[in-house]
Amino acid sequence: MNAPAAAAPITAQAFKSDYKPIWCPGCGDYSVLSSFTKAFAKLQLRPENVAVVSGIGCSSRIPAYTNCYGFHGVHGRSLAAASGLKLARPDLTVVVASGDGDGYSIGGNHFLHACRRNVDLTYVVMDNHVYGMTKGQPSPTTEPDWDSKLSPGGTGLRTFNPLVIALAAGANFVARAFAGDPNGTADLIADAIGTPGFSFVEILSPCVTFRPEQREWKQMVRPASVPSTDDAARAARRLMTDDGMNIGVLYKGNRRPYQPPVGKGKKHPSDLEVEFSL
Amino acid sequence: MSTKKSVKKGSKKKTAAAKKTVKKALKKAAPTKKAKKSVSRPRAAVAPKRAAPRAAAKAVSVTSAADFMAHAYAMEAEAAERYAEFADAMETHNNREVAELFRKLARIEQRHADQILEHMGWKQSPATAANVSWQGMEGPETADPTELHYLMQPYHALQIALHNEKRARDFFANLARSTKDAGVRKGALEMQEDEAEHVRLIEEWLKRTPKPDPNWETDQDPPVLSD
Repeated sequence: MNAPAAAAPITAQAFKSDYKPIWCPGCGDYSVLSSFTKAFAKLQLRPENVAVVSGIGCSSRIPAYTNCYGFHGVHGRSLAAASGLKLARPDLTVVVASGDGDGYSIGGNHFLHACRRNVDLTYVVMDNHVYGMTKGQPSPTTEPDWDSKLSPGGTGLRTFNPLVIALAAGANFVARAFAGDPNGTADLIADAIGTPGFSFVEILSPCVTFRPEQREWKQMVRPASVPSTDDAARAARRLMTDDGMNIGVLYKGNRRPYQPPVGKGKKHPSDLEVEFSL
Repeated sequence: MSTKKSVKKGSKKKTAAAKKTVKKALKKAAPTKKAKKSVSRPRAAVAPKRAAPRAAAKAVSVTSAADFMAHAYAMEAEAAERYAEFADAMETHNNREVAELFRKLARIEQRHADQILEHMGWKQSPATAANVSWQGMEGPETADPTELHYLMQPYHALQIALHNEKRARDFFANLARSTKDAGVRKGALEMQEDEAEHVRLIEEWLKRTPKPDPNWETDQDPPVLSD
């Protein structure tokens, strides 16, 4: 009897859906989508074992463009939905896609507590320093002096620093990537997925429509000059001198991921249904 | 692609035929309209005039002729994938003329990749191609997505293609200069020649393509409120 033929390797193409993205031509999110599919292929995940969960915004359209389980949730609540999914189905690889508005403003509270809770998720935030889908309002990462018709003279507000917040709140993996480096970003996402616990990857993803000056990011980003650390204090010190353009893994810890209590008292979902039945 | 002959013997005829097919495809794809006397406004949708991104600036470590072909395959496949993405984006934004042009460029690059597979007797992308790492961010023939504009015209698309072919040519020239492996050097020189030919063909194509109106990017219903 012949030995069974080895299964063909899963390719990035296998994770692309038949829907074509409707992002603006030149948007960094195209490359991030490509990085998602490359990362899944690199890890040889199977589409039926992956779920991509999102909130609202340009970046949150990603579940429609990936061929795996997907959930396009409500604004800022992607992490809540994803946490529930991961705890109910720990066998799934759950990746959450968000943007700087959805993730840091509307979903800011969930971000803090997801880091603290340390459920085994990978949280990817495509940061373009603007609300693109709603036509260019300043977001939490917009520079205080960014002048536009919708924010004359700028907001004057200091910017939110996502890496500092993630590290301080307890994320187990903290990294920054650049959309213009889709292969490097795919490696980072694969690393984040492979690291147990809550992994946070901020991706600088230019919005060429509302922030055309972000085209220059490709000339500004650089690989971080130091390797990642498992020492949160050292990572924090590095962030003190970070100008936001260093790419790579900043921190990779070893906190044990959150596990729901098991054994006594654990109820089957059908038991819970009974409690709510009218 | 002529590089094949340095890696596998006895394929001269096949290689020459393949090269001819690619040239024919480039010529066939080129429009024949006469150029208008207008000048484009270089903003987003043109090949960058600044220094090329770090991807093409440095030499890549290639250890053998087979490794060289894996790099060449990865480079062509990545370029094809990017042009196909560009075509999809343009189609979505109803810029059909440019979408079709990018689709043609994607087909041409994919044909190059397929020819490498065929010649090497690889049934699929070699494992080494998946692990190829460019010392910059992307392959030397891969177009920069931030150069797209939804109102761009074929002339702009060709400028992007020309820029990439030049980068590819320079990449192979640098590799030929820096490698110590005679097989790799020979292959790189042949590839350099091929890419130089592509540069020439696209330059000719550009001459036959109308230059955009100076106000090509004017949108009567702009997406940006502050305009």
